[in-house]
Amino acid sequence: MSGRTAFVNARLIDPDTGLDAKGGLLVEGETIADVGPRVFNDGKPANAAVIDCNGQVLAPGLVDMRVFTGEPGAEHRETLASASESAAAGGVTSFAMMPVTDPVIDDAALVDFITRRAAATARVRIYPTAALTKGLKGAQMSEIGLLSEAGAIAFTDADRTVASSLIMRRCLAYAANFDALVITHAEEPSLAGAGQINEGAFAARMGLGGIPTAAEAIAVERDIRLLELTRARYHLGQVSCAAALDVVAEAKQRGLPVTCAVAGHHLALNENDIGEYKTFAKVSPPLRSEEDRQAMVEGVRAGVIDAIVSSHDPQAPETKRLPFAQAAYGAVGLETLLSVALSLHHDAGLSLVDALRRVTIDPAKILRLPQGRLAKGAPADLVLFDPAAPRKIDPVEFRSHSKNSPFDGRLMHGRVLRTVVAGQTIFQAA
Amino acid sequence: MTGLFARQHLLAIAPLQRQEIEFLLDLGDEYVDVNRQIQKKKDTLRGRTLINLFFEPSTRTQSSFELAGKRLGADVMNMSVTQSSVRKGETLIDTATTLNAMRPDIIVIRHQDSGAVALLADKVSCSVINAGDGAHEHPTQALLDALTIRRRMNRIEGLTVAICGDVLHSRVARSNVHLLTKLGARVRLVAPRTLMPIGANTWGAEVFTDMREGLKGADIVMMLRLQMERMTGSFLPSTREYFRFYGLDATTLALAKPGALVMHPGPMNRGVEIDSAIADDVERSLIHEQVEMGVAIRMAVLDALSRQLPNAERRS
Repeated sequence: MSGRTAFVNARLIDPDTGLDAKGGLLVEGETIADVGPRVFNDGKPANAAVIDCNGQVLAPGLVDMRVFTGEPGAEHRETLASASESAAAGGVTSFAMMPVTDPVIDDAALVDFITRRAAATARVRIYPTAALTKGLKGAQMSEIGLLSEAGAIAFTDADRTVASSLIMRRCLAYAANFDALVITHAEEPSLAGAGQINEGAFAARMGLGGIPTAAEAIAVERDIRLLELTRARYHLGQVSCAAALDVVAEAKQRGLPVTCAVAGHHLALNENDIGEYKTFAKVSPPLRSEEDRQAMVEGVRAGVIDAIVSSHDPQAPETKRLPFAQAAYGAVGLETLLSVALSLHHDAGLSLVDALRRVTIDPAKILRLPQGRLAKGAPADLVLFDPAAPRKIDPVEFRSHSKNSPFDGRLMHGRVLRTVVAGQTIFQAA
Repeated sequence: MTGLFARQHLLAIAPLQRQEIEFLLDLGDEYVDVNRQIQKKKDTLRGRTLINLFFEPSTRTQSSFELAGKRLGADVMNMSVTQSSVRKGETLIDTATTLNAMRPDIIVIRHQDSGAVALLADKVSCSVINAGDGAHEHPTQALLDALTIRRRMNRIEGLTVAICGDVLHSRVARSNVHLLTKLGARVRLVAPRTLMPIGANTWGAEVFTDMREGLKGADIVMMLRLQMERMTGSFLPSTREYFRFYGLDATTLALAKPGALVMHPGPMNRGVEIDSAIADDVERSLIHEQVEMGVAIRMAVLDALSRQLPNAERRS
């Protein structure tokens, strides 16, 4: 096992360079040694194991900026190992892990724990984020300097908005001091109130409390103002509505250091998919109107939205089989992320290069990771997939411990054939 | 010779001319010599009344002024807020006019609010010395720091002085920036962004948020006390993180010029902004010298102001 592997007869897609061509890729050890249309001129690479890609797409492994696991504290929902298996099956080779665990990741020792535990049990690359405020309570900033040194890749209160503008300002200023990335959740809590789903006719008909899109837009607007004071690296974790997207677009035009992501379910579903109180479609921010969903698609196309994330949030039956108002927020998504990205190609007319850009190179750049590209010297993190294969989503087949997918029964495209991390195949379709 | 410091009050460094500062430092030098003699008692302020009016607790500044006044022969009265009628609801200005009616000659005032000392000075007929007002100025601290530096380095002009820590809440930093830049030093301010005042880059000092950068090549490292009592609403995550990135220990001090000297206005938070090994290093630490210079410079200030008092006897 000298570790030379030749991927031949592939359709290479590298969104970083815009490459979409037939060719090959040579892996040596853990990195990409060569890639391109003429890597194996005679079609016979020497001294290498050969994998025939049969003309299927070979792309950088997906980079997912937003994944929750249950370890430590809720291992029955998801462990680092099971999240890793789920990611591998979905073609995701790197993910940023949200700090919402028990205990909360707000101490350097816990970042160290996650890093070691992931190295021992997970086969994809897991990057712990740390809480922006201690205990996710929004009152006291966490030790951003020490946590950065320990390896926290970003700082976020994950699914909570820091309500106090003063605290948020200080967090941003202090994060800027260490050039740390801050990932936010945008929902003005006093306006969202006890709302459960998107405010509108649907919510009213269902008798569920509504959360207006203004709650999201106000929170983003506030953060942008604070960003003007602090110039921190700011990433809006999930944008879900046109109103908030407009705020981001305007901030970007003014040259502020802002990026944003959209969750797969906000790109592919709308509030009507909640149907008859389907709690698997209860997410935060809530599924929005069809107009907002279309605005998200256009945001990805225009590049205002930089990344598509799974927002993978495993929930067990005891947190979901409840009356809608009592059910937990969250949906699994690692094993449907690629299909959502491909839907932009099949349904919205984006090229494969542009559809994959938001799940590979762009999130990798935000996180300052060397992955997400097919380049000499880059980590050999790859996904081989058939972009046109139809699939009917069946959560029973998921590798994740949890099955709470809002895509249950949905017809989508894309079949992952092989997933490679650091040159090693960690998933292969049966 | 009264022309070099012809002021009724000492409220701030900002309005002072370089010659005035140097006059006070020269006079301070003389009082250092006086204080090192067995016979320290002078009669410069004989018959005069000095009131120390402290609205904020202080040990070293208050005792330093008390000793300075007594060595110059004044009658010294200490008033702290806990004993005063301010606690009973009297306004600041009423307190001032009441004290003024007792005909003191000099009042030394410390107050937690910026501008409060100047407000009082406006209402009294005696001389007023600002012993620290809010986050505004602490002129005698800057003067004693300058005297300490000048005596050790024989100059101030051209030196690089890094002022590190809680600049936001520090009146010491503000007075020192004014004074040291007037005397030709290159001043740097080093603080995390949450403790760096907005607009500090317009003060004539260089601004650094990375301590390692800020200390490079510094002749003097002046540490500030982390004023935790003034902090509401998360300026910093923890003291352990603060020490890790902004504390002064042997490793960070090694980034400054070889033999660079360390100052601290006190009281120190050991293990928060300064490591004990540095604070207690007699080769590098000027902290005790600062205290000695404090008494001398306050005698100099009292002397200089007393020359402007009504009915002052002319001395040559």
